Amino acid sequence: MSNTRKEMTLNMGPQHPSTHGVLRVVLELDGERVVKAEPVVGYLHTGIEKTMENKLYYKALPCTDRMDYLAPMSNNLGFCLAVEKLMEIEIPEKVKWARVCLAELTRINSHLVWLGTHALDLGAMSMLLYTFREREMILDIYEACGGQRMMTTYIRIGGLAHDLPPDFDKRVREIIKVIPERLVDYENLLTRNEIFINRTRNVAVISAEDAINYGLSGPMLRGSGVNHDLRKDNPYSGYENFDFEVALGQKGDAYDRYLLRLKEIRESLRIIEQAIDGMPEGPYLAHVPGVVLPPKEDILFKMESLIFHFKIITEGFKSPFGAVYQGIESPKGELGFYISSDGSNKPNRVRVRPPSFVNLAALPKLVEGGLFADVVCAIGSTDIVLGEVDR
Amino acid sequence: MKEVLKAVVNVFLKMPLGFMVTIKYFFRKPVTLDYPHKKRPMAPRYRGRHYLERYDDGTERCVCCGLCAAACPADAIYMEPEENEKGERRARIYEINLLRCIFCGFCEEACPEEAIFLGHEYEFSDYERSSFLWTKEQMLVQHPRKDNPFKRIYRRVRKAYGAPDKIS
Ligand code: SF4
Ligand code: SF4
Repeated sequence: MSNTRKEMTLNMGPQHPSTHGVLRVVLELDGERVVKAEPVVGYLHTGIEKTMENKLYYKALPCTDRMDYLAPMSNNLGFCLAVEKLMEIEIPEKVKWARVCLAELTRINSHLVWLGTHALDLGAMSMLLYTFREREMILDIYEACGGQRMMTTYIRIGGLAHDLPPDFDKRVREIIKVIPERLVDYENLLTRNEIFINRTRNVAVISAEDAINYGLSGPMLRGSGVNHDLRKDNPYSGYENFDFEVALGQKGDAYDRYLLRLKEIRESLRIIEQAIDGMPEGPYLAHVPGVVLPPKEDILFKMESLIFHFKIITEGFKSPFGAVYQGIESPKGELGFYISSDGSNKPNRVRVRPPSFVNLAALPKLVEGGLFADVVCAIGSTDIVLGEVDR
Repeated sequence: MKEVLKAVVNVFLKMPLGFMVTIKYFFRKPVTLDYPHKKRPMAPRYRGRHYLERYDDGTERCVCCGLCAAACPADAIYMEPEENEKGERRARIYEINLLRCIFCGFCEEACPEEAIFLGHEYEFSDYERSSFLWTKEQMLVQHPRKDNPFKRIYRRVRKAYGAPDKIS
């Protein structure tokens, strides 16, 4: 053999059950040790950013659902907040509170799927079934609100698509009651489970300094002990009114991030409870003629509303010249929308700052020098969604 | 010695916690459904297949105004107008390409004539692409769904203004 190289090159993915989608990682292995790892992305490229340039603002919204399909409401919220900032729309109080409530439900939803799939990757099969059972309750709320279970498009520019469903309060309270009980079950299954601890403790470690240098955000950053949460540091949509703690890890290993995400679920439940208790009365849409679609009730009998309805649907609204950036704390980290407008009714450029993509960039740091089997754990605990990585 | 002790603690104290969870759920009713035979009820706002509604006398509500096509983010709707025997504007061709459609419901929200509705059916698989090009005839029905949220709104508004309740 002329090839005397010591390392073996191994392609992991793009079709691999534990790369969470179509991620390809090119690994250089020296025995069981990973010498070099290089994530290759682009297999799920959908051109969402480009598509949004060619759509009226309200029509670009369904694209955002399809980026991080495990957290549709967060994506909707980010885009709508950015457009509202651009158009300087004042949002009714009720809408803000409802959005916070939905965004936190989304966080729970996303973390539950993460927990199930991560545990499944590490061999704990039953977790997936348990977490999906709880997720079902949240999806039912999505369905009651927006009419779809995943691609909800419920949060709209200027408010919500419809008013909250009549049994919203009851369903959410059910979740607040049930999920803490189920979290105890999860902890019994995993937190003190020797196999799980051995697979995650001191695996995929990233120091606070490295985490900052790589631009990580969300649980990946906080797992290393850096207190950065946009909900606290740069509140949007009325998050300053809520009382909650930012969960922090210490070591920055996969086990810390697991504990942190469980804590985040608990904190989210606290926020949801406050939001549902203090939900103010009021309209579910801002009244901005010519920009926000009038409610369906008005269209039938108010001539003016009907005219605006026709105008907005056919030609959208003209946006002022300029650019805005709005970042939100999505379940996976900082999700930012940068919209630059040339004064027409379509965005000139939409740039998404996707948390999954940035967090994925730290994968080599997490796995190099470690064991090959821990690559799966590192990918899992990064919590990526390939729809968002590739957009 | 310490290792052995640790193993004993693990096996007899920590692991059973997890096993207890499994045993607990072993005796509970399953949460899954026997899907093709039993189906879960859909929420009233669920967005499934499209329906075009008729008036009570059988004429179509749709006036081919094109607003649904304008609102459609996926450009799935195609239509051509004509005049019916009473001289009213109607759709000669009205097609929805279900392969393009993303079931966003924007057409339903845009329609000023309450003509198009998204129903509750969601099982569309078929063997040919052509079968997904739905024509007006396939979608026209008398009363698509009783509990449509928009319809309730219309009924309430009509009542408030003393107009006859045209939607049954
Ligand atoms: S379905 Fe409604 S919006 Fe579409 S063309 Fe007919 S009347 Fe117009
Ligand atoms: S549901 Fe959405 S994508 Fe489908 S036809 Fe209606 S507007 Fe178009």
